[in-house]
Amino acid sequence: MPLLEIRNLKVEFATAKGPFKALDGVDYTVEGSEVLAIVGESGSGKSVAMLAVMGLLPDTATITADKMEFEGRDLRTLSTQERRKVIGKDISMIFQEPVASLNPCFTIGYQLNETLKTHTNLSGKGRKARVIELMKSVGLPKPEERVNAFPHQMSGGQCQRVMIAMAIACSPKLLIADEPTTALDVTIQKQILDLLVQLQQDSGMGLIMITHDMGVVAETADRVIVQYKGNKMEEADVLSLFEDPKHAYTRALLSALPENADGDRLPTVSDFASEGGF
Amino acid sequence: MSDIILKVRDLYRTYDIKGGLFKKPGKFTAVKGVSFDVERGSTLAIVGESGCGKSTLARMLTMIDAQSEGGIEIDGLPIDIAKTGISKDMRQKVQIIFQNPYGSLNPRQKIGHVLEEPLLLNTDMGAAERRELALEMLQKVGLQPEHYGRYPHMFSGGQRQRIAIARAIMLKPKLLVLDEPVSALDLSVQAQILNLLKDLQDEMGLTYIFISHDLSVVKYLADKVMVMYFGEVVEYGTRDEVFDAPQHAYTKTLFAATPRADADSIKKRLAAKAASAA
Repeated sequence: MPLLEIRNLKVEFATAKGPFKALDGVDYTVEGSEVLAIVGESGSGKSVAMLAVMGLLPDTATITADKMEFEGRDLRTLSTQERRKVIGKDISMIFQEPVASLNPCFTIGYQLNETLKTHTNLSGKGRKARVIELMKSVGLPKPEERVNAFPHQMSGGQCQRVMIAMAIACSPKLLIADEPTTALDVTIQKQILDLLVQLQQDSGMGLIMITHDMGVVAETADRVIVQYKGNKMEEADVLSLFEDPKHAYTRALLSALPENADGDRLPTVSDFASEGGF
Repeated sequence: MSDIILKVRDLYRTYDIKGGLFKKPGKFTAVKGVSFDVERGSTLAIVGESGCGKSTLARMLTMIDAQSEGGIEIDGLPIDIAKTGISKDMRQKVQIIFQNPYGSLNPRQKIGHVLEEPLLLNTDMGAAERRELALEMLQKVGLQPEHYGRYPHMFSGGQRQRIAIARAIMLKPKLLVLDEPVSALDLSVQAQILNLLKDLQDEMGLTYIFISHDLSVVKYLADKVMVMYFGEVVEYGTRDEVFDAPQHAYTKTLFAATPRADADSIKKRLAAKAASAA
């Protein structure tokens, strides 16, 4: 049984101009212990799909799916209370802006503790020890001191480490990372990606990387889904996607990478649109 | 080698840090003795991570900030705004394009007005002439004449960056400073903007100072590369020199951290993963 199985997911937003289809019938399957990358440009629906799984979409969104199961449990029929027990414990998510995802008014120790308080029945002492342990496991220096630091006293990369620590606090079975390194420097990006992949390998959880960066895909993924305007263009394992892209849009994306520049001009997606298919 | 448009010598920028109740006031030097020359019509890329002083340098070159020490000479004109102030002459030499096209355009200003404002402030052209130039410029950057009366929110990110580029070249500057112009854009839009920048450079003989942390973009666009680290230049040379044989340890770290999107490095990564799992 796959960890997460979604069939024919559609998401529509009610807007002043009528309904807007953000996602038009896409299937996702995630096995435990694999890294799935969902790649696409803005507006491709890559984030919307995972926000739908997490139940984080606003009321204006209509979500329909033929099947939406996590470990065989139907996510569509879960009540809010039941869903809350799953979200943050078995499925957790980290976002693009680490500094904005943390509450500036509380220390990071307090915020890490909060997750444990909600989802585990550890004692106060046990939680404190676990917080230190978590901070160590994501490579934060001097955890005993940093526990009392506020988010503004830390760099962007460190805040992202705190977010990751919070996400893995309850040993989730699935971690969704939505553009986790887009706001970070390349050298820090490398550290964070290495950390995520390391954690994934050590714990055997499933990891979904949402990104627009083909470099990030190449560095982390086992399997890749390419999306464009709410539709799935291609799904393949990472090596065959880069070696032999099947779909015209994937080829367009890959050739738009500046390092693949052939001669003086970069081909753009519109150059490939004539090949059809999207 | 003779046609040097920008000459920078021993440039320093020091900021005063205010003291607090228990904190002594201090000084922070963001740029420490930077010197370089840029030839007319070429592109110098400045690379470095956040906090390395690359944007401070850009602010000094574009006369937003005064230097603390050292000399800047643009097209034979010495620049030291703390002593001499800014003349309209100086303004017309150099323009800047910022990273975020959502923040750099006034939401209440029509595009036509955005484009005409530099002319209004720095030249004594009549209204009809300004309008004509603005319409011409819209076409040049790949927009339509009917966009003249629209507001920024009606445009996509890539279109907005085109508007920002159009505004910057309205005064026909000699030197254009681009502060991470494509890092907020999607891959395929990034390719379009990079193509546009190349075309404009050929057409107008522009000189670019291209600030970026994305090495693949730098490799595609730059003639010379300068790597900054904590306010100092640690590496400076032609593109091939820097990319083929990086000298400084930081440059090497930077290259090692850049994600590689080719099949060989993916194979290597997957092999390493399989080995560690076994």
